[in-house]
Amino acid sequence: MSIRGATAVVGVGESEYYKHGRSPDPEFVLVMKAILAAAADAGVDPRTIDGFVSYANDRNTAMRVSNALGVNELRWATMQWGGGGAGASGAVQQAAAAVAAGFAETVVVYRGLSQGEFGRFGLMRTRHPNDSLRFAYGMSTPIQKFAARMNRYFYETGLDPATQRAVSMASYFHAQSNPRAVMKGRPLTVEQYEESRWIVEPWRLYDCCQENDGAAALIVTSAARAKDLRQRPAYILGAAMGGGHRSSAYSESVYDSTDFPTAEFKTLAPRLYGMAQVGPEDVDVVQAYENFTGGVVMALIEMGFCTPEEAGEVLTLENLTVPTGRLPLNTSGGNMAEAYIHGLELNVEAVRQIRGQSFNQVEDVEISLVCSGPMVTPASAMILGSEESL
Amino acid sequence: MSEAKRYILPESIYPVVLTRPSLDEPHWVAARNEELHIQRCKHCRRFQWGPEFLCHHCHSFDLGFERVSPSGTIYSWERVWHPVSPEVQPYVPYVILVVELDDAPGIYATGNLVGDPTVEIPIGAQVAAAFEHHDDYTLVQWRLAQ
Repeated sequence: MSIRGATAVVGVGESEYYKHGRSPDPEFVLVMKAILAAAADAGVDPRTIDGFVSYANDRNTAMRVSNALGVNELRWATMQWGGGGAGASGAVQQAAAAVAAGFAETVVVYRGLSQGEFGRFGLMRTRHPNDSLRFAYGMSTPIQKFAARMNRYFYETGLDPATQRAVSMASYFHAQSNPRAVMKGRPLTVEQYEESRWIVEPWRLYDCCQENDGAAALIVTSAARAKDLRQRPAYILGAAMGGGHRSSAYSESVYDSTDFPTAEFKTLAPRLYGMAQVGPEDVDVVQAYENFTGGVVMALIEMGFCTPEEAGEVLTLENLTVPTGRLPLNTSGGNMAEAYIHGLELNVEAVRQIRGQSFNQVEDVEISLVCSGPMVTPASAMILGSEESL
Repeated sequence: MSEAKRYILPESIYPVVLTRPSLDEPHWVAARNEELHIQRCKHCRRFQWGPEFLCHHCHSFDLGFERVSPSGTIYSWERVWHPVSPEVQPYVPYVILVVELDDAPGIYATGNLVGDPTVEIPIGAQVAAAFEHHDDYTLVQWRLAQ
């Protein structure tokens, strides 16, 4: 069974994006502004939204959001399991599943963060059962949980470390022409990157995403209804989530993965491409969640865009950027340089690329891919297509 | 002697905390006696780490802890330079090792490198456990074998 082309993203929206702690609005207000913007963008009455999906334990519950919107009938309310931004595309997948199965008609996917109001979650001070096995050795934050994976990956593959720099610089390059980007006006040079301080080896300051305040939202409905709405539909051709054998390295333990140096896309990539009936060679533009640059490199390799041996030639700044790159990446600036809205801003940008509305528009986009949350399970990914791709 | 000299990391930030119901307590009790114990299924005899209430392979709930050689090879590493809080500042950089245990191939333990934290870390190098005794618990650290 496939739901290829059965549903579409018809509306996208966001609040203003801020440096972390700088939002003048409470987090709930940011979320509501994003949802109302997405509804207006689509041309749907917010009261007719009947499904609500989020991820990463978003604090703004479907109950409060639907109540505040005056929704006439609530039909669908789900939360994606799993760590952090890995859930972004999975949340859109849930919305598509709900619509395709007829459980709801108009589903909004949203994520909001106000770290001035609620504190920096990057500090990860929360304790889980039995986590002293890593915590007592100073392995608590996301970067501390992932960096050893990358060093093993370098060891096994001989990957060129310059690929990490190219990923970072591509995001900063694209942010310079995006008025929404928090890092607009702050371009990144090779020297700045190379001279930036280590955070956790093998990652420097500019290998790490920002933390921000803001919210983003997408509205999903049926392909049939999408045709009558305001925007050019971004059809959901495929979506997948998953991880390999004992892959849940994000939570209590880092010791139990059978496959340690991975971004966790190996198992889902064939399912994703199979449903979408396209291959990596058909993809026009990619948004890949950047928690840390090395995770993006691993993700792109596992999604089939190059091998580790080819990566040094394929993953260059020139090749990852508009207007001439063959693999335009993170064209809004992404988590690193637009804003860290837990990756949902990447899904929004993927939709804009299908519509021709990006500030870094790739020509004639038919296939637009997002992969969410490298090194976290369940990782998730989705492929959007234009009408021509159906 | 200051805590900074006695321990690799400050216990005020990174203590061992046992939760109830506990899965990892036998490991910490053994470490107190300078032994390395990890979980092993009594039914299919596979090692399992981190610990869980059932065996991921045969689904038996009959699991115990067994002593293994406190030695292994460096499978991966990372060097932490950015302190998560000001209290950690005097302790950076520190190295976290992922160690594949000699007695349990495919099983990885995590601990800090004892000694100069700025040295190049050779993946594949042999390491031996170095037990770091705190007042209330003992950490299993690692030093490069000579």
